[in-house]
Amino acid sequence: MNKPPILQIKTSPHITLGADTPAIMRNVVFALLPATAFGVYVYGLTGFLVPAVTTLACLGTEWGVCRISGKSSSLGDWSAVITGLLLGLTLPPALPLWMAALGGFMAIVLGKVLFGGLGENLLNPALVGRAFLMAAFPASLTTWATPFLANRFSSMPSSLITPPFLQPTYDAVSGATPLGAWKFAGETTSALDSILGFTSGSIGESSALLIILGGLYLGFRGMLNWRIPLGVLASTALFSGILFIWRPETYASPIHHLFTGGLMLGAFFMATDMVTCPMTSKGIWIYSILIGLVVVVIRTWGGLPEGVMYAILLGNACTPLIERMSQPKPFGTRKEARS
Amino acid sequence: MLNANTFHHGIHPPEQKLTAADPIRRLGFAPTLVIPLAQHIGAPARPIVREGEEVIRGQVIAEPGGFVSVPYHAPVSGFIKRIGPTPSSSGMMTQGIYLEAHPSSGQTHKAHKGLSVDSATPEQIADAVLECGMTGLGGAGFPTHVKYRLPKGKTADTFIVNGAECEPYLTADHRILLEKGDCIVEGIRFALKATGAQRAIIGIEANKMDAVHALNQLIPAHLPISVQAVKVKYPQGAEKMLIQALTGRKVPPGKLPIDIGVVVSNAATVSELGYLLPRGLGLIERVITVSGPGVKKKGNYLIPIGTPLRYVLEQAGLTDDAGAVLLGGPMMGQTAAHMDLPVTKGTSGIVVLGSTQPAPQIMPCIRCGYCVEACPMFLNPSKLGRLAVKRQYEPMADDFHLMDCFECGSCSFVCPSHIPLVQHFRVAKNILREKKARP
Repeated sequence: MNKPPILQIKTSPHITLGADTPAIMRNVVFALLPATAFGVYVYGLTGFLVPAVTTLACLGTEWGVCRISGKSSSLGDWSAVITGLLLGLTLPPALPLWMAALGGFMAIVLGKVLFGGLGENLLNPALVGRAFLMAAFPASLTTWATPFLANRFSSMPSSLITPPFLQPTYDAVSGATPLGAWKFAGETTSALDSILGFTSGSIGESSALLIILGGLYLGFRGMLNWRIPLGVLASTALFSGILFIWRPETYASPIHHLFTGGLMLGAFFMATDMVTCPMTSKGIWIYSILIGLVVVVIRTWGGLPEGVMYAILLGNACTPLIERMSQPKPFGTRKEARS
Repeated sequence: MLNANTFHHGIHPPEQKLTAADPIRRLGFAPTLVIPLAQHIGAPARPIVREGEEVIRGQVIAEPGGFVSVPYHAPVSGFIKRIGPTPSSSGMMTQGIYLEAHPSSGQTHKAHKGLSVDSATPEQIADAVLECGMTGLGGAGFPTHVKYRLPKGKTADTFIVNGAECEPYLTADHRILLEKGDCIVEGIRFALKATGAQRAIIGIEANKMDAVHALNQLIPAHLPISVQAVKVKYPQGAEKMLIQALTGRKVPPGKLPIDIGVVVSNAATVSELGYLLPRGLGLIERVITVSGPGVKKKGNYLIPIGTPLRYVLEQAGLTDDAGAVLLGGPMMGQTAAHMDLPVTKGTSGIVVLGSTQPAPQIMPCIRCGYCVEACPMFLNPSKLGRLAVKRQYEPMADDFHLMDCFECGSCSFVCPSHIPLVQHFRVAKNILREKKARP
């Protein structure tokens, strides 16, 4: 022996897979980028500014909270970026920026910090932020800008820079989202248009295709539990399909349900938030089927055209209960849950 | 559906079987050997030699201290230098014997008369297993004779030879399966007779197909011994996992394999029995894999029990960036705190890791569920970890089955937040045991 080795004392296991929480979070952000870029393409400047403002608001809030509570900064875990970006993608493009910023602040404070920070929150923070905005500014949250305006990269809608607490004025207001059109006017939208993303709606929900792409990337990296989008989409299709087969003239087709509104974004990126969904396979199936059911119920019989946000929040809220019912059965006690 | 020959959940660490092709080589005698008297589970052995006494290789130097205990034999001829505290891998000092080697003498002392498997009775076999000082060589160190004396009212139909060797780096059992097939067959015949089991299954991970083929060639057709390849997955070599893979039976929580009619022994144990029992010898050496990025001359060495780590690593050579020294594999092995720690009956490997990065920062649990999908015992490590941080030890055991955890390390291996889950569980178990002992 050349020299006595420096003996290190540590506990087993001495090797790890190399999985890393910030890396998972970072990859979720990467997976959202195609859908975000498409939002910028469709809505121009405003499509960029709204998600940028929500993200900065979330980061700023997170930083401020860490400062106040005297903890080391948790910005490095990337979770605030996800919250901000997801919130931005679920908002209407012409939303006044101060509302977007307030939404980001509320998402972090109400959605995460009050529960105890990363890993402790009951509800998806981005959706908490959106639910807050929905309750506070229902009109602004349901006013949709026209996609593909000719001057979308050179000017932005005047509503965007409304000073806080003043009534925004909207210039280019589009008709309705596909869901709204169907709900209030009984009009259907071309399925191809909504799959590719040539319809109006929130910034990031337009292109089902790009969202699925991002979801597949995460799925293959093992950073997204594939059972959740599968369960949510399948149960939405199933319950809407039952209605559609029963009365095709009254109820929207499953295709319409699947590819319009925030369902894809919700199924792949929000219902799958690891912190707020159950951990066992059995629990995950219950959770995702519940979400699909609530989506169909709200969209069909509720007062709002869209129900994904509330469906996921409800699913989140049920998660502790679902977990209690779906704890894994220890090895050797009857049949253990499969996963 | 369960594909045959494995269990649910588990992980796939890099195999790193760097020494799989290295034949077993003998290591020389260290100047001083240290034989702790509690290398096994159960009552420590009682020394029956005095300081200054001369002993012959193979001579009994300590007798069993109770029923669950084993004798110890001199691994080398020499003088008893001292009887006193010796360091152990747990960090506590335990009683042991320091033996100064004078290996010039070629004499070997027999522990007992030697047995023929055809004429021996089950009782005689169990007695001989005790006399040769056999403990489970896989690492747990449970006295083998206790296992082979079935409790009243229990019967065994299957004897399993554990040749899974699922720990990364370790190849000692692989080499034994390849090179000592005849000893294994002999050992199985003894074990079958002692336990009354009708059949024996040798379970081997499918990354050792050469061993599977070699044994298949070797085993005489009239013996009820089969060889089964099991899936390469960690912890396939855990007793309960291997039993499920080979028989489809599951050992219920808190029960032993014998409760479902199975007796399991490690391949190295069976091979040693097949070698020692007919010759009447005691267990004084074992095959150990010395490997890892920090070792120069990696290999599978036959090392006298009691050889200090310092001597083994001097012989094998350490690289300049050698890091932690592990007794056992990287998943369940312990770091050696002391280079004077001796090799014991339960040491299957010495793995020296390379230079290590500083421990990654512990992040909050994000409930990703990776650990739930890794746990072979179907526990919820995430929940257990959260309770442990809050020191809620009783609910861990009462509601979340803490005591079923056998500390395989799969949960810590996959945790993206680097939470030391297994360590939490070890601490919790020990605190609960202490509370139980002293309410």
